[in-house]
Amino acid sequence: MKIRAIMINTFREAIRDKVLYSLLFFALLMIGGSILLGRLTIGENIKIIKDMGLASISIFGLLIAIFVGIGLVYKEIDKKTIYTVIAKPVHRYQFLLGKYLGLILTLLVEVAIMSFGLLLLVLSYEGHVELSILKAILLILFELMTITAVAILFSSFSTPILSGLFTLAVYIAGHLSRDLLAFGVESESAMIKYSTAFIYYSLPNLDNFNIKGRVVHEVLVSWEYLSFAMLYGVLYISIILLLSMVIFQKRDFR
Amino acid sequence: MIAVKTQGLSKEFRTGFTMKKVSALHNLNLEVEGGDIFGYVGPNGAGKTTTLKILTGLIYPASGNAWILGRDIRDVAIKKDIGFLPEGPYFYDYLTAKEFLYFYGQLFGMRKREIEKKVDELLDLVELRHVKDIQLRRFSKGMLQRIGIAQALINDPKLLLLDEPMSGLDPIGRAKIKEIILRLKEDGKTILFSSHILSDVEMLCDRVGILTQGRLIDVGSLDTLLGSGIKSIEIVTSHIEKDTLREIETVAEKVTLRDEKLVIVVNGEEDKDRVLGIINRNNGRLISLTPGRKTLEEYLVEKVNRGAAL
Repeated sequence: MKIRAIMINTFREAIRDKVLYSLLFFALLMIGGSILLGRLTIGENIKIIKDMGLASISIFGLLIAIFVGIGLVYKEIDKKTIYTVIAKPVHRYQFLLGKYLGLILTLLVEVAIMSFGLLLLVLSYEGHVELSILKAILLILFELMTITAVAILFSSFSTPILSGLFTLAVYIAGHLSRDLLAFGVESESAMIKYSTAFIYYSLPNLDNFNIKGRVVHEVLVSWEYLSFAMLYGVLYISIILLLSMVIFQKRDFR
Repeated sequence: MIAVKTQGLSKEFRTGFTMKKVSALHNLNLEVEGGDIFGYVGPNGAGKTTTLKILTGLIYPASGNAWILGRDIRDVAIKKDIGFLPEGPYFYDYLTAKEFLYFYGQLFGMRKREIEKKVDELLDLVELRHVKDIQLRRFSKGMLQRIGIAQALINDPKLLLLDEPMSGLDPIGRAKIKEIILRLKEDGKTILFSSHILSDVEMLCDRVGILTQGRLIDVGSLDTLLGSGIKSIEIVTSHIEKDTLREIETVAEKVTLRDEKLVIVVNGEEDKDRVLGIINRNNGRLISLTPGRKTLEEYLVEKVNRGAAL
């Protein structure tokens, strides 16, 4: 009930923020713009549309997660609105969880709008929509949920600019972490082996969520794989949120 | 019943690049009786806000304990009986007044109908019903302070902690807040408020605690602190000749001319009678006679200066 109230309040704040609408506008513009690019490639235009559309959902979702996500937690502390909430019979973990779920709800609505745009486009070109594209969108959503958890973790102790940079760094590194592990395996030095393995397991392996290429090129993505990726996401998010709660529980709101 | 009790409460903050420790609160032992209006006064940075933040769980004490209505402050459930207004009106400005109060009602797990009834009641109390559907970003400072008090009252708390509720308000805004505070006392609530507007504290409080540099240096009723005795008497006269003035000056503490009237300040009853005798004998005209006692402000300045000198 309390978590739900904070979630709805966070969602309300996000949808009354102008930044969200400008990001959404550009995302839809990009998805629409894929028609033009598709025209340049003979016979491949539907692939371009799917590729650009999914990439747009992913990138703009990321921007929303970073800009809106980090801002929302930091603003509570900076504008001292958190004072009145913590002074009520609300546990700090309930506050953080409410904030996180509010952001997820915002992302869900945003991704739904962008996906609707893309699906409409695909439908008008192909006459039907394949399930695989929905699978790709589902995993994008899990990727965004993971990134939002990371953003919440950083913003529970850092400033918005640093949190933004850290989160972006984790996003990039999270897509390269598999390469890093491969590099460690090849290496002969034990230290490199262990440190690359440590980094690989601490950073989210965001490549797990990336099936865009396979979907565009019509390679089958099994339900087993999908379930594995989602389970991985849920576990990673739980650990990160737990860590954020511990940090948040200990800090003073000066 | 003791509403607030602290024992050896201390807090340190680390500041600057070197993370130097600065003591914000030192060994605070405070007791606030239930049903009282308690004024928590002291200069900026004395530790007033730090105390209130510890009591509401926003910061943790470095050492010591505190109880609210007999229960340890570490128990989140005690917050059901507390209302808190932080310093400066910082609220969710994208919400309307009604949405804002509704949100806080939900945080207490109140039911929809119960919240709606309470919100209407509170909007009437703080006289904001006519702007209930307007976003808080369009509110004036006084209106924000009032909606802030309303959010502190949503749970019908037994104890109210108000941090500088009157700061930055115009005289009308201050009068409104004072009126609300007095009404709440009539309802049997305990109010602990910090302030550096001492005239307000004098007017409202049953007891006062004086804090400086993180230490509670005095606590008691205003009568105990300031003394119930008369400190000085101000006599205003006119039609005084030069010779008479000279005679008065030998007795009076201070003589000044204000709007062609002579303002004489004397210490004690005896000097007053002597000055009145001189005025009578020389056909002066007595306009007014005002007994004055030490103000809280004079007392505080004296105390703080003495504290600083130690």
